[in-house]
Amino acid sequence: MVPSYISRSVAGSYDNEAVAIFALIITFYLYIKTLNTGSLFYATLNAIAYFYMVCSWGGYTFIINLIPMHVLLCIVTGRYSSRLYIAYAPLVVLGTLLAALVPVVGFNAVMTSEHFASFLVFIILHVVALVYYIKGILSPKMFKVAVTLVVSVGLVVCCAVIAILVALVASSPTKGWSGRSLSLLDPTYASKYIPIIASVSEHQPPTWPSYFMDINVLAFLVPAGIIACFLPLSDASSFVVLYIVTSVYFSGVMVRLMLVFAPAACIMSGIALSQAFDVFTRSIKFQLLRILGFSEADAGDGSSANVVPENDAVKVDKSEETIKERPSRKNKKKEKEQMEKAQAEKTSAKSKTEKRLLVLPMELSVIGLLLLVFMGAFYVVHCVWAAAEAYSAPSIVLTSYTHEGLHVFDDFREAYAWLRHNTEVDDKVASWWDYGYQTTAMANRTVIVDNNTWNNTHIATVGTAMSSPEKAAWEIFNSLDVKYVLVVFGGLVGYPSDDINKFLWMVRIGGGVFPHIKEPDYLRDGQYRIDSQATPTMLNCLMYKLSYYRFVETDGKGFDRVRRTEIGKKYFKLTHFEEVFTTHHWMVRIYKLKPSKNRIRGKMKKSKSRTSTPSSKRSGSRKKNPWQ
Amino acid sequence: MGVRRKMALRFDLIIFTILLFASPVLSDLILSKVDRRIDLTSQIVRITSTLKVENEGSEPVSEVLLAFPDLQVKDLALLKASPHEGKGKVKSLSASLPVENVKPNGMPAALTFYAVKLPKALGKGDSYTFDVLAVFAHALRPFPEKITQADIQLVVFQESAFYLTPYVVKVQSLSVKLPESRIESYTKLENTKIHGSEIKYGPYENLPSFSYSPIVVHFESNQPFAVGQEVVREIEISHWGNVQVTEHYKLVHGGAQNKGEFSRLDYQARPTIRGASAFKYLIAKMPPRVHSVYYRDEIGNISTSNLWGDSKKTELLIEPRYPLFGGWRTAFTIGYGLPLKDFLFELEGNRFLNITFGSPMNELVIDNLIVKVVLPEGSGDISVSAPFPVNQWEETKLSHLDLTGRPVVVLQKTNVVPEHNQFFQVYYKFSKLSMLREPFMLIFGFFSLFVAGIVYMHVDMSISKSSAAYLARLQWDEVQAAIQQVENVINRCLTTHDKLEASLRDLSRTGDVQACKAARKAADGLLKELSKELKLVLSFLQSSSAASQILPKVEELVAKEKDLQEKVMAKHSTVVDCYEKKTGIRDSENRVAAQQQKITALRQEVENLLELIDEI
Repeated sequence: MVPSYISRSVAGSYDNEAVAIFALIITFYLYIKTLNTGSLFYATLNAIAYFYMVCSWGGYTFIINLIPMHVLLCIVTGRYSSRLYIAYAPLVVLGTLLAALVPVVGFNAVMTSEHFASFLVFIILHVVALVYYIKGILSPKMFKVAVTLVVSVGLVVCCAVIAILVALVASSPTKGWSGRSLSLLDPTYASKYIPIIASVSEHQPPTWPSYFMDINVLAFLVPAGIIACFLPLSDASSFVVLYIVTSVYFSGVMVRLMLVFAPAACIMSGIALSQAFDVFTRSIKFQLLRILGFSEADAGDGSSANVVPENDAVKVDKSEETIKERPSRKNKKKEKEQMEKAQAEKTSAKSKTEKRLLVLPMELSVIGLLLLVFMGAFYVVHCVWAAAEAYSAPSIVLTSYTHEGLHVFDDFREAYAWLRHNTEVDDKVASWWDYGYQTTAMANRTVIVDNNTWNNTHIATVGTAMSSPEKAAWEIFNSLDVKYVLVVFGGLVGYPSDDINKFLWMVRIGGGVFPHIKEPDYLRDGQYRIDSQATPTMLNCLMYKLSYYRFVETDGKGFDRVRRTEIGKKYFKLTHFEEVFTTHHWMVRIYKLKPSKNRIRGKMKKSKSRTSTPSSKRSGSRKKNPWQ
Repeated sequence: MGVRRKMALRFDLIIFTILLFASPVLSDLILSKVDRRIDLTSQIVRITSTLKVENEGSEPVSEVLLAFPDLQVKDLALLKASPHEGKGKVKSLSASLPVENVKPNGMPAALTFYAVKLPKALGKGDSYTFDVLAVFAHALRPFPEKITQADIQLVVFQESAFYLTPYVVKVQSLSVKLPESRIESYTKLENTKIHGSEIKYGPYENLPSFSYSPIVVHFESNQPFAVGQEVVREIEISHWGNVQVTEHYKLVHGGAQNKGEFSRLDYQARPTIRGASAFKYLIAKMPPRVHSVYYRDEIGNISTSNLWGDSKKTELLIEPRYPLFGGWRTAFTIGYGLPLKDFLFELEGNRFLNITFGSPMNELVIDNLIVKVVLPEGSGDISVSAPFPVNQWEETKLSHLDLTGRPVVVLQKTNVVPEHNQFFQVYYKFSKLSMLREPFMLIFGFFSLFVAGIVYMHVDMSISKSSAAYLARLQWDEVQAAIQQVENVINRCLTTHDKLEASLRDLSRTGDVQACKAARKAADGLLKELSKELKLVLSFLQSSSAASQILPKVEELVAKEKDLQEKVMAKHSTVVDCYEKKTGIRDSENRVAAQQQKITALRQEVENLLELIDEI
C-alpha cells in the first residue's frame, strides 16, 4: 500500500528487496514476540527469520545493528529481564552461525565491523546477566563488595580487550566497514572513495517531496505514534521507536532505504490511529451510556453495567480498527498488523485505568472519527494514485502524453526481443551495468557486467572501454569475447537517463581502476558538454560515437534533445563497429564488433585491387545478371 | 520406349540431366486443352490448371494422373481438383474431386503421381473439364540470397513451360502473374509475350507426353515472406461457454537474408526504398464475436496491435516488436476467446467442435503446424475428421482441478498455407454432469478443511491421558480458571468500592445521608457475598498443588483487598458519621485525608498485583 514499498514490487523491477522487507518485518516481529513471551521457540524462529533476511538482502546488517542497539538501550535504562536475554542471545549465536552459511557473507559474519556491535552487546548482556544472577544469590552487603571487586578487575580487562580491538580494527584500511555501510554513516564517504556506489541514483539522498509522496499522511501520524509509544514505554514500544528513528536517518541518507522506513512509518501510524480511535470510540461510548443508561445505572445494576460497556468499548475499538485496516490489508504484512494489534491491545489495556480521565465531548469525537476515516480513505486513494503514476510504469516501458493521446516507448523490450531472437545463444553483450539484469532476463544473453556490483573491476573495464577511443575499446571488448555492444541513447526523443548522461560515472569508475582514464580529459573547464566545445577525448570516445552515429542525418543539425545542444562532432564513420539494430525511437542502439579477420582481408584486398583491378571487375560483371 | 531429357534448373545455374525411362502411357486419355495460370503475387505459389481430358481409347477411364517432379513435391502444400465451373465463378470448395497419391508402374522415378477420380468414368470420346489447384510453400527462392538493407528482394521461380503430364497434350498455354512489372529476367521461348506484370507462354500444340521445357523467372517481390517455423495452436474447450484459442508463433522472414548494417535512419527516412523487403505487420482474420484478445511474447505485452471488426469478421493487426528483415526471427503469442455456441454443436448425443484448422494470419506459410484440441476432462469416444491428411495423436493435459487430465487431440501438419484454413471436426462424448465435478470438488475441499479445523479444535490430541504433564496441564487450566475467578471477584469488589465513593460524593453534593446509608448496605451485602465466593475459590487454590507457585501472590492480593475494603468502609463510616453529627466538613476532610491516602496506596498495590497475576 505504501508507495515506496510498491516501487520495489511492481512488475518490471521486482526486486529481492520485496522479499527482504517481509523478512525484516518478520524478524522484528519475532524479536518482539520473544521479548514479550520469553519463549525459546520464538527465539529460534527469530534466528531462522534472520537467516532468511541474510539470504535475501545485504540490508540484514540493519537488523544486526538495530537489535543490539535496542538491547543496549534496555540494559542502560534498567529494563533487563530474562526475556531480553532469551530474545537476544540465541539470535546472535544461531543467527551468526546461519548467516555464515550464506556464501556472500561467509566469514564476514564474524570479521567485519558491521557485526561487531552485536558481539559487544552480547558480551555486555552476559555481564549484566551475571550481575543480576549474583545479585539474586548474594545478600546486598556481599553484593556491594563483589561489585567493587569485579568492577575494578573487569575494567582493567575491558580496557585491554578494547585496546586490542581498536588496534585491530584501525589496522584495516576501511576500518572493517564495507563501502555501503560507511556511506550510510558518513553520507559524503561514497562520493569521495567509491564512485560506483554514488553513481546509483538510489543511493542519493532523497528530496522532501519524495518523502511526502511516499508517506503522505503518515508523516503526521508518525510523531503521534511515537508519542503513543512513549506513554506506556515497554520493551516493544521502545524498540519500535528506535526502529523508526534509525530508519528515518538511513532513509535520509539513501533514497533506497525509504523502503526500510516505510514499514516503520506504517507501524507507527497504525499505533497512532488505533490510539486515536480508542479515545474517540471510548468517549462516544461513555457519552452514549450517559444519555441512554442514566436510569439503568441508578437502578443498582451498575456493577455489571459498568463492566459490560467497557468490554463493549474495547470490542468496538477492535471492529473499528479492522474496518479501517481492511482496505490497506492487501499489501500489508499480516505480521505487521498483528504487531500493531498487539501494541494497540497492550496500550489499550494499560490505558484502561486512565480511561475515565480521557473523555471528549460527543460531537467532537464523532467528527474526529469521521475525519480519521476520511484521512485513511484519502490515503488509500493517494497510494493507489502514486503507485499507478509514479511506480507502476515500469522503467523499461515509457509513456508520454501527446495531443494524439498516449504514446508508448517500448524501445527497451524491442531491443531485447531483437537480441533474443536474432543473435546466437552464446553471444555476449556489453552494456553499462544498469541494463545487465534486464538483458540477462529479457534477451537471454550473457552480459559482461550486470546490476550485481560486487565486482568493481569488471565494471571499471567496461567503463574504460566506453570511454576509450574506438580501437582501444574494440581491443578491450574483443578480449572479453563481446559480440554486441548496447548503448542507450535518449537524444532523439529526450529520454534523460541515457548513457551519455551516465557517462561521467563510467569515466570515474573506469578511472578508479585504470588510471589512464582521467576525468578532466572529458571535461571542458570542469563542465561536462558534448557540443562543439567538448574536448577531443570526449568526442572520440566510444560512447559518444556509438550514441551519435549518423545522428546528424535525422534533422541535419544533430540537435540533442536531452542536452539541448547541437552535438560537437557530426559526421564520422565507425571503423571497428557496425550498427546492427536501432530501435524505433533510437533509444537503444546495438552495435556489432567487426570481426578482426575482415579488416585484414580488407587491407589485403586494397593492396590486391591495386595490382589486379580488371579481374575483380570481371567477376562483378559476371555476377550482375546470371540468367542471360 | 522414349528416352526423355528432364532438365532441372537451379538458381545456381547448374543444369543437370537425368535420363529417365518412361513406360507407355497407361490409358488412352489425351488432354485436349490445358490452361495454366501461375500466381506469384505473394510468397505462396498457386498454380491453377484447367484440364480438359478426352478419352480416345475404348475402355472407360475414371482416373486422371497428375505428375509433379519430386523437387516440387517437397514444397507442395495443397493439391486440389474440382470440376470446372467456367471463368469468373468462385470455385466452391465443397465440390472437390478426390485426389490421392499413386505409384503407377513403369513411370519415371523422379516424378510423383496423383490420381484424380472423375465423378463418372469417361467412355470413348467423352470429355471432362476440371481445375487443379496446386499450392507450393517455398517454391520462390531469393536470389541473391543475401541483400543489404538498400537492395530490393529478387526471387527466382522455375517451372516447365510445357505441362508435365503422362498424357499427350493437344493445346496448352501458361500465364505467369508477377507482383510487380519489374522483371530481372525470364526465359524466352517461342510464343512468349510479356504484358505488364504478366508473362504468357504458348499456346503450344501437340506435345508428346512428359514434355518439359524449363523456364526461369527472376523478378522483384517485396511481399512479406512471413514463415512460421513452428506454430502451435491450442484450442481449449470449456463447457462453461468459452473456446480459448492460444497460438504460439515462431516467425522468420523467409526472404533474402539481410546482410551488413541495419540503419534505423535509412529505414525511417525512406522505408519504401531502404527496407522494402521488410515487413512491419501481419493481419489476422478472426471469427466474429471474438473476445479477450491478447498479443504478447515472453517478455510481456506487445503494445503495437490494433483490433477492429464488425458482425461478420474481426481483424487483428499485429506489429512485431521490430520490423522483420530477411532472416530475422521473432516469436510471440496471440490468444483469444470465442463463444462456445458458435463452434460446438451436438449431433445424436455426440458433441463436435467445428473450427478452422490453420492460422488466421494472412498469407503465412507454416512449416510445422501443431493443433491441439483440449477437451474437457471426462470426454470420451474422441474422433477427428479433417478435410486433408494430418498426423494425429492424443495426449493428456493436467490443468487446474484435474484428476485424470484433459484429453488432448494433437494434429500435426507440415507446409500449411492459408488454403488449409478449413473447418475440421472433433467428435466426442461428454456428459453435462462432469461439468459440475470441479465446483463440487472445490466445495468439498473447503468443507472438509473447515470440518478438519473444527475437529482439531474440539478433539483432545494428547496420547496419554494419565501422563504427568497432561495432568499438570489440566490442573493448571483449572487453576487458571480459578485465578480468573479471583480476579473477577476482586474487580467487582473494586467496583463496589467505587460505588461507595460515588455515594460519598453524592452525599457531599446533596447531603442525603439515607441514600448513602442504603448504598452502604447494598455494598455490604454484595461484599459479603463476594467474600464467600472468594473463600470457596481460595480453598480450591490452596488444595491444588499446581497453584503453589502463584498462591502466595493470590493470598497477598486477597489480604490487600480485605485491607482496602476495611479502609474504605472505615472512611465511609467516618464521612457518614461526620454528616450525621454535622461536624465541620473541614474536620472530616482532615480525618478522611489520611485514610484516603492509605486507600489510594492500597488500591494501587491491588491493581499492581492484579496485573502481576495476569502476566503469570
